[in-house]
Amino acid sequence: MTDDTPLLEVSNLRVAFPTRTGMAEAVRGVSFTLGREKLGIVGESGSGKSMTGRSILRLVPPPGRVTADRLAFDGGDLLAASPKRMRDIRGRRIAMVMQDPKYSLNPVMTVGRQIAEAYRVHSKAGAAEAKRRALEMLAAVRIRDPERVYDRYPHEVSGGMGQRIMIAMMLIPDPDLLIADEPTSALDVTVQMQVLAILDDLCSQRGMGMIFVSHDLNLVASFCDRILIMYAGRVVESCRASELHAAQHPYTRGLLASLPKIDEPPGDLPVLSRDPAWLEA
Amino acid sequence: MMIDIQDLRVSFGDGADAVTAVDGVTLSVREGESFGLVGESGSGKSTVLRAVSGLNDDWTGRIAVAGAEQGPKRQKGFYKLCQMVFQDPYGSLHPRHTVDRILAEPIAIHGLGDADARIDRVLRDVGLGPSFRFRYPHQLSGGQRQRVAIARALVLEPRVLLLDEPTSALDVSVQAEILNLLRRLRAEHGLTLVLVTHNLAVVANLCDRLAVMNRGRLVEEMTVEDLRRGAAREPYTLQLLRASQGYDRATAESFRDYA
Repeated sequence: MTDDTPLLEVSNLRVAFPTRTGMAEAVRGVSFTLGREKLGIVGESGSGKSMTGRSILRLVPPPGRVTADRLAFDGGDLLAASPKRMRDIRGRRIAMVMQDPKYSLNPVMTVGRQIAEAYRVHSKAGAAEAKRRALEMLAAVRIRDPERVYDRYPHEVSGGMGQRIMIAMMLIPDPDLLIADEPTSALDVTVQMQVLAILDDLCSQRGMGMIFVSHDLNLVASFCDRILIMYAGRVVESCRASELHAAQHPYTRGLLASLPKIDEPPGDLPVLSRDPAWLEA
Repeated sequence: MMIDIQDLRVSFGDGADAVTAVDGVTLSVREGESFGLVGESGSGKSTVLRAVSGLNDDWTGRIAVAGAEQGPKRQKGFYKLCQMVFQDPYGSLHPRHTVDRILAEPIAIHGLGDADARIDRVLRDVGLGPSFRFRYPHQLSGGQRQRVAIARALVLEPRVLLLDEPTSALDVSVQAEILNLLRRLRAEHGLTLVLVTHNLAVVANLCDRLAVMNRGRLVEEMTVEDLRRGAAREPYTLQLLRASQGYDRATAESFRDYA
């Protein structure tokens, strides 16, 4: 791949679900390109941010319908890809980390075997090689005693450790793109920072691209390179993360203002009044 | 003192499996004060609140609310004085009861008359109005549900509200509305608030004083003015403050575990 081909091209992405009153569009014409960078997608619940992430992997559940003028990964069309081709891409080329490790890990399989399995599915490695790689990966996500944790079941590890195990499992096939959907929202702030540091290092060391879906504006602004702000299924604004404080769109400004801040005196917070024009802006 | 807690201890499990969730916590909350109880998951902050509210009856130490010593079980009158609001408004409202029935139940339990006028008044008080009265929870947004949960607590006209992460399941714009509502209700009704949260910014917005907990122990008590100036004494509190300021690679590296 040459450097000028974007890793991911999304143009006029739409996700719609049939309802009794016609099609309801959860994502309404989202376009962006992604290089080897950390892109944050921020929005409130129902803004379509998670559906945008899922539709890239074609994981939108039926009867949801995904359409786009272009949805291309590494130059190849994702919407036209066969189910077999998608299975090769999922996990191997594009990986996804979900919010809650409790529901995303197999409860009746040790975490080590799950990580090794993720490796073996996408390579021809034998069991011993897979175990060795899994232990390396556990160490890479800073689990102190990988041998011990390898034989644990998911319910025997803490939330922060579970999330690191998920990340290890997603990164072991060495993907080019990681889609992380609220990967740290269930974690305590200090653990959250440690998990982000791991993702940050992996992006810079492996040259991986990343889509970071979150509702937390300050977190995204401090962690990502670039931000898309979504409202009601559309991108209302995009900016460099470092320039979020200078955002122009009234929705973005309203969201930022409604956040309580530690260093501000107590008092009523500005409440967001939603302008119907934002739906079309 | 509205709430006085001395050497509170709560443990779960027996023998070798016993876990001490709250390990000798002493704190007091003045009448009319808004007090924040802050900590990470497993710090014991919610367990303290549950012991005060009577949801956890297996504790030792001393708990007094409005001057009355509390035993393991609460008298009915206690709940006229002290009510609780929970984190998840999707889980804390009965899905098959209308707002009207949800609000009528505490009135009936306590044998208060005039249910109709009380429900009407409390719905207006939380900014919902009478049009919401005969809806079901699934017909409401998350913020509207949390308003109903607050109305259910307020309908008995308590003097103390115990709030367990009341905004952490809500979007930030809705969080702002609920924080503003709680501030107004506190001023209008002279309520004493105890707010359990992991979010220091929420405490800075709504509270006068706070206590930081870690692993069942009270690490430090401070005023919100001190919090705002970053004037914490304990390294654990300083670490929490740094972690709340957004991601920074070097800061993340410096974090350690405090026992």
